[in-house]
Amino acid sequence: MLQVEGVAGFRGGRLVFRDLGFTVPAGGALVLTGPNGVGKSTLLRLLAGLLPPAAGQVLWQGQDALTDLPLHARRIAYVGHQDAVKPGLTAAENLAFAARIGQVAVGVGLGAMGLSALADLPARMLSAGQRRRLALARLALSPAPLWLVDEPTLGLDARAVELFGALVSEHRARGGLVVAATHAALPLAGAAELRLG
Amino acid sequence: MSRFGAVLARELRLSLRHAGDTVAALLFFLLVAALFPLAVGPAPDVLGRIAPGIVWVAALLAALLPLDRLFGADFEDGSLDLLLLCGLPAAGVAGAKAAAHWLVTGLPLLIAAVPLAEMLRLPEVALPALLAGLVPGTVLLSLLGTTGAAIVLGARRGGVLLPLLVLPLSVPVLIFGAAAAAAAADGLSPKPDLLLLAALLAGALPLCPVAAGAALRAAE
Repeated sequence: MLQVEGVAGFRGGRLVFRDLGFTVPAGGALVLTGPNGVGKSTLLRLLAGLLPPAAGQVLWQGQDALTDLPLHARRIAYVGHQDAVKPGLTAAENLAFAARIGQVAVGVGLGAMGLSALADLPARMLSAGQRRRLALARLALSPAPLWLVDEPTLGLDARAVELFGALVSEHRARGGLVVAATHAALPLAGAAELRLG
Repeated sequence: MSRFGAVLARELRLSLRHAGDTVAALLFFLLVAALFPLAVGPAPDVLGRIAPGIVWVAALLAALLPLDRLFGADFEDGSLDLLLLCGLPAAGVAGAKAAAHWLVTGLPLLIAAVPLAEMLRLPEVALPALLAGLVPGTVLLSLLGTTGAAIVLGARRGGVLLPLLVLPLSVPVLIFGAAAAAAAADGLSPKPDLLLLAALLAGALPLCPVAAGAALRAAE
């Protein structure tokens, strides 16, 4: 269970949100919405421990999550608004790092997002949507219970959105949590919504 | 430890794929050093006298070349977030980066120093001292360089700032490294200089990754 109490966050020296609180139960999903610049990505980075909160607390199973960042990082699978795909490596090689950390075969991630046929293609030859799928494939390789995704379906076709939806529902069925920032409708059944701004 | 290995393996794979950048630092090292005989003349006594200094200055400059992209590329494409979230402390990520920098840049420089010293007519008795100094020396340059690269990360004109930050920090390494080889050439023992280099390494090995890790966390 993820609890957030009274957090405030800065982006570029400007306070973008304050007194924010919510709870995501095991198996739950939270969708962050709101206009550009209200701090959706900042909140996700804050939950990931990449940014320190200016105020407030992030609790995991009732314990302060951000005191031990390496431990917190092992609970998290994060897909930011950037794909973090290296153009010089093949699709499979791009996932090798995540696969080794998660101790799962690369093929699992490729299969989950329908990229098996592109495994040996250099990532520079992939389209924007295929790169996004490659970034999301890292989720399938991670044993982490908390998924933080920023605009996951940006540039994805209908089939890939479906695959992503299936991936997330499988994760939630295992008791995993998802927090997603988005402008588009996501295939997340029974997700709570938090509107920022 | 397996996570450290995973970061290191990732770095080495990327360097191998971008082998051009790796070879560029090595060629730069050889070219800079090759300019000196052309500038000061090929007289063996003069060249042999300044050879340790040439090798060291060239190694220092060549080690700087790949630093700009050490974290820069990962910072720009979002990979740095993944590295920081791999379950390793930020200092561990920085340590793995420094280790990769040494394996990809420091170690080849060390090996290339042998033909270079020969070319510059370094007295044969001084070669072991030069190499014995370059072993801790190149590791130190990797550690200091990684720290500098992490500190300037996210700053505008970081590439210009980086040498201004790293070069002054490298001065002690340069002094003792070149002094060790010069002492050996004069028939003196290089041991005091080498021990001082080792002492610098003993200090930098735990401190630099911690400083670089803190800088990485602050880079966002």
